[in-house]
Amino acid sequence: MNELETHVSSLDAEHELEMPGPGDLSREPETAPGARRMVLNMGPQHPSTHGVLRVLLELDGETILRARPEIGYLHTGIEKECEVKKWQQVTPLTDRVDYLSNLINNLCYALGVEKLLQLEVPEMAQWMRVMLSELTRLNSHLVWLGTHALDMGAMSMFFYCFREREEILKIFEMFSGQRMMTSYIRVGGLALEPPRGWQKVVAEFISTFDSKVDEYEELLNANPIWMQRTKGVGIVPLETLIDLGVTGPVLRAAGLKIDERKDNPYSSYEKFDFEVPTYTDNDVYARFLVRMDEMRQSTRIVKQALDGMPAGAWIAKAPGIILPDREQMKTQMEALIYHFKIVTEGFRVPAGEVFQVVESPRGQLGYYIVSNGTSKPHRLFMRTPSFANLQSIPAMLEGHLLADSIASMGSIDLVLGDVDR
Amino acid sequence: MLPETLTEHPVVSPLNERFPGAIVESKFALGEVSLFIDPERIIEVCRALKEDFAFEQLSGVTGVDWWPQEPRFEIVYQLHSISRNIRLRLKARISENDALDSVTSVWRGANWYEREVFDLFGVTFRNHPDLERIMMPVDWEGHPLRKDYPVHGNRYSYADE
Repeated sequence: MNELETHVSSLDAEHELEMPGPGDLSREPETAPGARRMVLNMGPQHPSTHGVLRVLLELDGETILRARPEIGYLHTGIEKECEVKKWQQVTPLTDRVDYLSNLINNLCYALGVEKLLQLEVPEMAQWMRVMLSELTRLNSHLVWLGTHALDMGAMSMFFYCFREREEILKIFEMFSGQRMMTSYIRVGGLALEPPRGWQKVVAEFISTFDSKVDEYEELLNANPIWMQRTKGVGIVPLETLIDLGVTGPVLRAAGLKIDERKDNPYSSYEKFDFEVPTYTDNDVYARFLVRMDEMRQSTRIVKQALDGMPAGAWIAKAPGIILPDREQMKTQMEALIYHFKIVTEGFRVPAGEVFQVVESPRGQLGYYIVSNGTSKPHRLFMRTPSFANLQSIPAMLEGHLLADSIASMGSIDLVLGDVDR
Repeated sequence: MLPETLTEHPVVSPLNERFPGAIVESKFALGEVSLFIDPERIIEVCRALKEDFAFEQLSGVTGVDWWPQEPRFEIVYQLHSISRNIRLRLKARISENDALDSVTSVWRGANWYEREVFDLFGVTFRNHPDLERIMMPVDWEGHPLRKDYPVHGNRYSYADE
């Protein structure tokens, strides 16, 4: 028994739950003799499933006996589409997979391709990527908090969170011209030079954000209705969660300190000082606390990035791969030829494969990129966190009340684009 | 049998000693280890990796289609050891009509990933508790991620009407 196993079993012992048998995701429920089961379709069109998720529920009164999620309603074949696009054309497709954390998807893809190309990214671009990723994490957690509270009836939270989120979207619009699907992090660095005056806007936003998080905590943390609805709800043993492939805040709320930014730092994350919040209760309330703390840690990182941002180039110099400077392209012949070739034919990536993992707001996001030496990817597999997290739904829902299912599903922070691709 | 760089690897050489012949080929590139496993022995290797080598979590299962090369499919298992902070990639090369053993008895999280591979590539997994289409509608014909399946087209399913 190694350290991790003893740690996990000590955490599970606190909750005294047993793990169902191997192989199946939901066990055969025991019904009282004479009880009737009702099949309820929590259909793809539902305000609380956070996207087009269908959950088939077998109910005995208010108790869920069996829950079977069905996905595929948002499947758009992004992975197949990536196989016919040039390497640089894939970037806007990655934005749309997890549509609440766009820049983090871009980052994962860019890091993977840069690894295959053995390309060095300048330091300023790396720090900007970290800052933008953390702003994206704030964006995602704000949407999660607003919609989760809305599902439970706390409607005003939704408006407060979206008021803050509006500021972040304005920042993204300033950088890239787009509020959501920014495609701002490209292979080699950033898409455009950071706009003049960005420091002032970001500083203004981040200086007030901590007090806003205080506001949210004041509204919810000690709220008796919130606590009654979320404490003790959605508990699944940590060993089961790990076995199911769940990652991210759900594991951190169960006591496991796991964060890809600390374990395998990428893009200069090792230079930043931040903590990974963990709690041991493993219920919806603990997951809520973990994400609130993560928002505070993200604010810390953005402040550090603002203060210590190095000067330098915002994109790498690699003539056949990265587009040349626009002004040079207009006056120098080689730059013009490179520009033409990159845009029409695309650049080639040496044959090989890489599995690049980053920490998305939902868990570990991994891109498995296979190159066959041409200008198009051979295969791009997106190991999205929500797909694995969704597998824990039957374990979390079965045997509990219908109303608790809304709380549990909200606490996993699902994004159906992530699940279905 | 193993390349120079992998003879000292903490997982690969003990695994090779324990299951001689199971590792058909191995690669170490860009800091990542890929092991090609004999498809018939995938489940015993996976079980050993989980129980004895501390690969607690399966990050994902996917496929790569190398049509028209034979064997056509490469089923890729991405493993993650949380306690040792190591990642490992296992691959099984199979042809179109071969079947693989399902690893859901080792990691429950493999369930949906194998369903996805079945749906999008057409690879059957033996002993899978629930092998049916997951992304495409239940009555769909064809396996979209194969290389001989068109990227654009017009097909409609009335299954969910």
